[in-house]
Amino acid sequence: MAFLLKGAHAVDPQVGLDKVVDVLIDGEDIVEVAESIDAPEAEVVDARGKYLVPGLVDMHVHFRDPGFEYKEDIASGCRAATHGGFTDVATMPNTDPVTDTGTGVRYQIDRGRAADLCHVRPIGALTRGEKGEALAEIGDMVLEGACAFSDDGHGVQSAGMMRTAMGYVSQFDRVAIAHCEVESLTTHGVINEGRASTRLGMFGWPALGEELEIYRDIELCRLTGCPLHIAHISTKKGLDLVKAAKAEGLPVTCEVTPHHIFLNEDDVTAEYNTNLKMNPPLRLKSDMEALREGIVDGSIDCIVTDHAPHAKHEKDCEWEIAFFGTIGLETSLPLMLNNMVRSGEMSWARLVEVMAINPRSVLRLKPVKIEKGSKADLTLIDPEKEITVSEDYFESKSKNSAFLGMNLVGVATDVFVDGKRTLVDGQVA
Amino acid sequence: MLSVKHLIDTYSLTADDITQILDTAAAFESVNNARVIKKVPALRGRTIVNLFLEPSTRTKSSFELAEKRLSADSISMGGSTSSVVKGESLADTIQTIDAMNVDMFICRARLAGTPQKITENTDAIVINAGDGKHQHPTQAMLDLYTIRKHFGHLAGLKVAIVGDLAHSRVCGSLAPALKTMGAEVVLVGPPTFQVDDPEWFGCPQTWSLDEVIDDVDVVYMLRVQLERMEGATIPSRREYNRLYGLDMNRVHRMKENAIICHPGPMNRGMEINADVADCGRSRILNQVNAGVLTRMAEMYLLLGGENNGISA
Repeated sequence: MAFLLKGAHAVDPQVGLDKVVDVLIDGEDIVEVAESIDAPEAEVVDARGKYLVPGLVDMHVHFRDPGFEYKEDIASGCRAATHGGFTDVATMPNTDPVTDTGTGVRYQIDRGRAADLCHVRPIGALTRGEKGEALAEIGDMVLEGACAFSDDGHGVQSAGMMRTAMGYVSQFDRVAIAHCEVESLTTHGVINEGRASTRLGMFGWPALGEELEIYRDIELCRLTGCPLHIAHISTKKGLDLVKAAKAEGLPVTCEVTPHHIFLNEDDVTAEYNTNLKMNPPLRLKSDMEALREGIVDGSIDCIVTDHAPHAKHEKDCEWEIAFFGTIGLETSLPLMLNNMVRSGEMSWARLVEVMAINPRSVLRLKPVKIEKGSKADLTLIDPEKEITVSEDYFESKSKNSAFLGMNLVGVATDVFVDGKRTLVDGQVA
Repeated sequence: MLSVKHLIDTYSLTADDITQILDTAAAFESVNNARVIKKVPALRGRTIVNLFLEPSTRTKSSFELAEKRLSADSISMGGSTSSVVKGESLADTIQTIDAMNVDMFICRARLAGTPQKITENTDAIVINAGDGKHQHPTQAMLDLYTIRKHFGHLAGLKVAIVGDLAHSRVCGSLAPALKTMGAEVVLVGPPTFQVDDPEWFGCPQTWSLDEVIDDVDVVYMLRVQLERMEGATIPSRREYNRLYGLDMNRVHRMKENAIICHPGPMNRGMEINADVADCGRSRILNQVNAGVLTRMAEMYLLLGGENNGISA
């Protein structure tokens, strides 16, 4: 099957592309990029007025499969990812059983292939059962296709265990992804410690609980040489630690979620809207602003959603017993476009870096470029199309979005994965 | 008429709301404290559900008596007997009760925000009888009533709230209500008991009871959750009593007209010594009495009064 994308504004800083072109896809690959292409056999896609970018990657999602398929499964997660404009997702291993073996990794890859919508890239657990006690079969998982390693959902509490895990990972060309949380400090915390915890009368989750472990893991990166990626960074101080590590030349990267850059603890009111309950929690407005600057100035490498589906009854309850997290795959790109690109706060080129180029690099995936010979993993975006974020909008099985009710301008309309059109005019194929 | 539909927290109450509650409670003094027949028909035919999802003795009996005094029909549901312990969600519990057509929920809960959640699942009026570490507004009203009755006013008084501030819904609702009425509040307790953000209350905080004891009009001692705290946030009962307990030496330093309050139940010998609890300055049993009056007032103002055309 061949597609001819006519008149798209292609943006790809990897090849210095930022102009209107035609792009011809044949089979799985891009076969030509030129000002004007004629290809009578190809299906023409009118891309005038739209932006074409290398396929978006969300390197932090929870697809709950196996174990919690009532929240999401790999097929429904892939539909949500495709609807949101993504060609690749990296799935976190806190499934049941935990994805801590080659078999578990292979299961997710196979289910992803069966869904046949986007590339599913499993992240394996660092420790068995994510218990932080014994090494998982990291090498076995690498051989089966794991793209990175993390005990996401928990910090590895023992510094010694984290040192061992990072040391072991360092023999493979993979990063350790750190969910930073010192549990003796965060204990029962369910909301940012300070004004919000006082106002709403609940146990606080202090910023220090995150920052202390970021500091520890940066030092372990220095000690072991294992590349380190800090998951869902949420505070200014944490980002300052990452900036300092980068300035020293350490192999440290980090990611941030849309909810930590577009929401803060002031959004949590006496309504106790549990869709705003996150781990790490929504922080101060000043943290939020520092993180937004970090995206623009290059100190934050990736935008990820931490897509965390939960069933209605797990959120329609009292805050303190509600589950942590928000879904995000289908709002991430619209939020970035609406809140940062439209306003000129960030460029299209920077958007492509944080949502496509950098996550591929962190996950050690082959780069995708808008040039002849590259895999045709592409996202086509209508910057003027408006969406209303409602429960009906979501392809995800779960509807627990922190952004329900918002109107956003800018959304993916078409996605190509290995040359196959997986999103057609906003509809999942 | 109050400016709120529900009584969930004290931040939402205006000075006028609080004054209405206290004045109405004063009008109920004769019903509860003077008459042989302690009953008025103000809420006759109205249905109230006491949903106590956490153990409570004094608050629950206070509400139940207040309901009887007002002639309301009420039922009480407890945490250990309710379907909540069988795994039913709060939303399902409330929708189930709501389907029976009730007028008011009185709710005590272990989790913050529970009363707010209830309002999302029923059209009935909700009174918060204490939710987790968040708020306990009816406790604050009975405290204000007790203090106002003694001094004749609230504005300008200095109140020290002493003890486990961080885990205290009593402090969380009393401090803002006192501020609204023009009183000054100082928060006293060890650093491990201080709230995460004292600036939110707009009150000074200190670690020394001795520093403020001779300067305040009301010493309000909070209950310390012994079972939860010993060794974790304070070293021992003995040390707490020595540093923060109200003993007779400290009582003798209080201003001539100053009083002592405690929300109960007391740990005698820990935050308050036995002889202090029973001394002439103690208003602890007056608080209990005021609990019935103020709860009658709150239920009457929210459910009766101009809302149903029946006068007290």
